[in-house]
Amino acid sequence: MNTSIAANEGAHAGGEGPLSFWESAMRWTLSVDHKKLGIMYICAGMVFFLIGGLEAALMRLQLARANAGIIDPETFNQLFTMHGTTMVFLVGMPVLLGFGNFLIPLMVGARDMAFPRLNAFGFWLFIFGGLLLYFSYIGSEGLYGAPGAPDVGWFAYAPLTSRTFSRGNSTDYWILGIMVSGFGSMTTAINFIATVLCMRCPGMKLMRMPMIAWMMLVVAALVLVAVPVLTAAQVMLLLDRSLGAHFFDPQTQGSAVLWQHLFWFFGHPEVYILVLPAFGFVSEILPVFSRKAIFGYSLMVAATVGIGFIALGVWAHHMFVVGMGPVLDSFFAASTFLISVPTGIKIFNWLGTMWGGRLRFATPMLFVTGFVAMFIIGGLTGIMLATVPMDWQLSDSYFVVGHFHYVLFGGTVFGIFAAIFYWFPKATGRMLNEHLGKWCFWLLFIGFTMTFMPMHISGILGMPRRIYTYEADRGFEIWNLISSIGVPVQMAGVLCFLWNVVKSLRNGAIAGDDPWDAWTLEWSTSSPPPEWNFDRIPTCTSARPLWDKKHPEDPDAHYE
Amino acid sequence: MRTHLIQKFFALVIAASVLCFLALAAPKTVMATAVDVVPVNESSRAPLEICNTSVPPISGAGVTSIFEPNSPPAREIRNLSYLVFGICIAIFVVVQGFLVVAIVRGVKAARAAARDPVLAAREPVQVYGSVPIEVAWTVVPVIIVFVLTMVTIRTIRDIDTKQPPAGALEIGVIGHQWWWEFRYQAADGSTIVTANELHVPVGRAVALRLNSADVIHSFWVPRLAGKMDLIPGHTNMMWFVAEKPGLYLGQCAEYCGAQHAHMLLRVNADETPAFDQWLAAQAAPAIENPAVAHGRAVFSQYACLNCHAITGTSDGLFGPNLTHLASRATIGSGSIPLTRANLRQWIDDPNSLKPACNMPSLKLNSTELDAVTDYLMTLQ
Amino acid sequence: MQRKFDPIMSSATMPTTTQLTTLRAPLQRAKVGMASLIFMESAFFAAFLVTYLYYIGKSPNGPQPIDCLELGPVLVNSVCLIASSFTVMLAVKSLARGSISGFRAWMLVTVLLGLEFLVGTGIEWRSLMIDKGLTIQSNAFGTNYYALVGFHAFHVTLGLLMLMGTLVLSLFGCINPRRDHVRVDILTWYWHFVDVVWIFVFMLVYVIGRVPQGGAL
Ligand code: HEA
Ligand code: HEA
Ligand code: HEC
Ligand code: CUA
Ligand SMILES: [Cu+2]
Repeated sequence: MNTSIAANEGAHAGGEGPLSFWESAMRWTLSVDHKKLGIMYICAGMVFFLIGGLEAALMRLQLARANAGIIDPETFNQLFTMHGTTMVFLVGMPVLLGFGNFLIPLMVGARDMAFPRLNAFGFWLFIFGGLLLYFSYIGSEGLYGAPGAPDVGWFAYAPLTSRTFSRGNSTDYWILGIMVSGFGSMTTAINFIATVLCMRCPGMKLMRMPMIAWMMLVVAALVLVAVPVLTAAQVMLLLDRSLGAHFFDPQTQGSAVLWQHLFWFFGHPEVYILVLPAFGFVSEILPVFSRKAIFGYSLMVAATVGIGFIALGVWAHHMFVVGMGPVLDSFFAASTFLISVPTGIKIFNWLGTMWGGRLRFATPMLFVTGFVAMFIIGGLTGIMLATVPMDWQLSDSYFVVGHFHYVLFGGTVFGIFAAIFYWFPKATGRMLNEHLGKWCFWLLFIGFTMTFMPMHISGILGMPRRIYTYEADRGFEIWNLISSIGVPVQMAGVLCFLWNVVKSLRNGAIAGDDPWDAWTLEWSTSSPPPEWNFDRIPTCTSARPLWDKKHPEDPDAHYE
Repeated sequence: MRTHLIQKFFALVIAASVLCFLALAAPKTVMATAVDVVPVNESSRAPLEICNTSVPPISGAGVTSIFEPNSPPAREIRNLSYLVFGICIAIFVVVQGFLVVAIVRGVKAARAAARDPVLAAREPVQVYGSVPIEVAWTVVPVIIVFVLTMVTIRTIRDIDTKQPPAGALEIGVIGHQWWWEFRYQAADGSTIVTANELHVPVGRAVALRLNSADVIHSFWVPRLAGKMDLIPGHTNMMWFVAEKPGLYLGQCAEYCGAQHAHMLLRVNADETPAFDQWLAAQAAPAIENPAVAHGRAVFSQYACLNCHAITGTSDGLFGPNLTHLASRATIGSGSIPLTRANLRQWIDDPNSLKPACNMPSLKLNSTELDAVTDYLMTLQ
Repeated sequence: MQRKFDPIMSSATMPTTTQLTTLRAPLQRAKVGMASLIFMESAFFAAFLVTYLYYIGKSPNGPQPIDCLELGPVLVNSVCLIASSFTVMLAVKSLARGSISGFRAWMLVTVLLGLEFLVGTGIEWRSLMIDKGLTIQSNAFGTNYYALVGFHAFHVTLGLLMLMGTLVLSLFGCINPRRDHVRVDILTWYWHFVDVVWIFVFMLVYVIGRVPQGGAL
């Protein structure tokens, strides 16, 4: 905000020239600038992605052969718990919220978020939460002696989390780490809502907002409904563990199923929190590289809001095997199926956008196309899981693992890579290397398919998830081997990406203000944008303000 | 050039995925080859004799595919799965097909523009939407969703896990970290307790009353029925009818702690006479063989008896009932073949065979070990 | 490359964001922010309330709500808390009228009423723990009672701190009626929210939940 601009600029009003390392470190640390915070979110998230990916690689190493003895069971259990928790809470959320931070003010034509200090507070909460979670590796000794990371799975079912079955403090670290970073997410959500609702530039009506702004608005609303419920459940668990309360203690009429309801009331909206921003990236990138306006803007908005609402009423599809009875099972199956309607609308609208367009397959577009193709597969396997009797077979099997990696990796992570390739020039002023970008995409794509497609098959063959080893005679081995071989391929892809970033930061091509010939407001300012974003607050005449500027003969405004 | 590659690649991926799904949906033949890739019993890398089972392999034992049902609920689910797979493949082919066509056309358009500077200066025609088309692709999925919901509800009702068929044999199943307890009702009303290896009669409905002693577990034998959770303080029901004799494998499917991976399930479906015989044998008290009296003494001298029940000797409840241990093919919840060497090592140090399991090593000396092992091996 | 900020151009030629939003609707951001915060807090309480509801009647042994919850004192507390909602409203009204002394007086009353509620709760808890032997470990009722009521009391404390902060600021003359009355009004939304939640908590704990336990599982 104003004060921040004044403060930062004031400090450097006189001196020109490059900052020393410490000076720039201080500038970043003390910054309340939404762009700096956004970039820090994304970088921290990517660091956690490497850590989470490394954990996954270790698991795949162990699972490559039947009855392997590389990793002992306790370590393995810690690995998948930390992998899932990291990927969901320390990669997905922060990176997507980070993009929201970076993009929302630029896209709605504002100088900063509504509450810049709160924004910085949220970021540091997330960092602190992440560190707290990982501190468990050394700090969780408790009464049990050996320190270790949490090993209760990312959804931490009761009563496995009770003092009786989870000694030491590792579960407490899980609770506190997630809770603290959850507070960060909630403050960010409040910020998003206030920014989107109150800070739009003149002329930007709600129905002229970029799709991302809509998606982030819905995501923020979901965060505000869902995350507090998780926090409440975690408070209860903490009371159980530290004060001897009986929320989830079956010995005293406590209910193990209650935890599941509370968790999944959060958990299901959470997975849409993880995918809606990626939908937003697709909805921004796909039109630009198809050279067409998004098809069916208002239906797209309606679908987004619809997904938000329906997502709150489907949580128990994660609980079809707890014996809820036919009525509840049927209800939740129906509501879950229903969500494929708005999701389908999105897919179809994207196809409609591509249809008749002039496609340019730069790296962001490759990732976006990969997203659409892979998300359809993940969505359809979701439909199979929502078919209750099929879920009785497939729940907690590797089929589920296949499903959610298709939506989380093929969806969220592809979306994130698309967004990084697309907005990197805006954030840094330099292009990422296209050649390396293509390598990165194809390696990730091939590795991804190799790793996660066979998981559906091993699941169907009867392989449960979260097992540190499996029997040799079940026919699982070949599929697990293929799965594991995919990991080095993905790793190569990730390394390509890292190298690309390092290289391009130093000597990438200079981007210019608008390298993709795009239509939203962030491309109207310089790359990187000045601290105050826009010299003049832009005005907006349609959903594609820059299109109107570039095509005064045929502006969108005529078609509203 | 490169864009050409993209089209080909997507086409390839799509074709491969369709094939994958088809392969999954096709029963028997395709599946069998998939299973045969790994020979039964292959596991020389494993420590000791794990899985190098000395029990002769029973045909089909290794198969746990949900597409090889041998019981009404599992078959009903498979049939539903065919339908849902079919619908999903159809959707997949149509939508992915449109995507491919859109890509091909879009790339062509881009190439044309690259050749023609006049064209390149113009953007493609801007289409903002179309109400009829948008309505169409809202309504069609709604219809599909309706169909899916109906078939799902019908199958839920048909299987009705809470209502086993009349005359079902009821067996209590209690999940423990990390083994299974099974309780049968004998004709005289007494309870017969056994562990880890379930025996059921062929052709008769079996109803399982599921409960847990500690954390949540899940009973999953894919060829018999879908899974159902065992939840402490909450009773669940499920049922199946094993249609053919043989061994059906499965395992705990809800993460339950360190050794979740080795909470395996073995369901022996026996013809009725054999089953009755087995049940009668299980109902009998433990065999008292004077030749192994020393082993029995060791057993009751050490803490074994606090945790394990052997009728006539001890009544511990924390570990598996050992009254007829030697009638079972495995120990450690199906993960270790029951041989004398394995059993001896198990008693010496259970953690060497099943790391982190809940049985401590009681540090017996080697004569005691031999005696106890011999004693347990007599408990037919 | 990064441009340098040009304060003259920026402030002279065009309004800053703050000014813009002020033009559109005064303190709209703050209102939306507070509304979001309240929305979020509602989700918190909803989780605790639903859990409480779920556990009503599920404590077969240990102290029962019907035996240990006394309506008398809690009614006094409730009246105080509800009344504080009105007094805080009056405080804001005074401020809007420009009467800083009226504001201070009503604010003080509000803070005292809030304090009464907290102290009253403390006394109630003391008697429950010492006389009735109900602790968080006793049974499902104890667990839920202390969690829900305690969580609410925690929020009352937060709200009270905010109000006291405002009061102190006004004592130091930092509150300007013309400039700040909307701000203060927004702040008091939180206090109203805490009151409304108490109505739910009260209904659940002292009306619906005061049933014999155990039997009706
Ligand atoms: C980004 C995250 C994400 C997304 C978007 C989804 C989307 C969906 N998920 Fe998934 N899911 C997860 C992440 C996600 N999921 C995770 C992490 C888990 C496991 C958690 C754990 O246990 O650890 C999980 C688990 C999970 C389960 C529980 C499985 C089990 O444990 O037993 C179920 C069951 O119903 C399910 C269903 C669905 C459905 C129906 C959708 C739908 O939204 C999909 C909709 C999309 C489509 C259908 C495709 C496009 C649509 C069309 C082309 C239109 C035409 C189609 C029709 C009319 C059918 N998911
Ligand atoms: C966004 C979410 C996300 C992402 C991206 C991933 C990515 C991956 N996951 Fe994921 N996974 C989950 C979310 C995610 N996962 C969740 C929620 C669970 C459930 C957890 C639970 O059951 O509790 C799960 C569970 C899970 C399992 C099941 C474990 C089990 O049930 O036993 C497996 C098994 O193979 C697996 C594998 C992988 C692999 C191989 C990747 C790969 O795609 C990873 C690729 C990345 C890398 C390989 C990193 C690259 C690293 C380098 C290049 C090294 C450089 C290093 C330095 C410079 C330090 N995951
Ligand atoms: C602290 C309790 C405890 C003590 C003491 C104990 N056991 Fe165990 N035992 C267990 C548990 C628990 C299991 C199940 C382990 C598993 O499969 O995860 C088990 C399993 C076994 C099994 C395998 C049973 C099967 O069907 O899988 C045998 C045999 C056995 N114990 C023998 C002994 C003997 C002999 C002793 C004494 C020297 C002994 N146990 C002492 C708890 C105990
Ligand atoms: Cu028992 Cu998993
Ligand atoms: Cu879900």
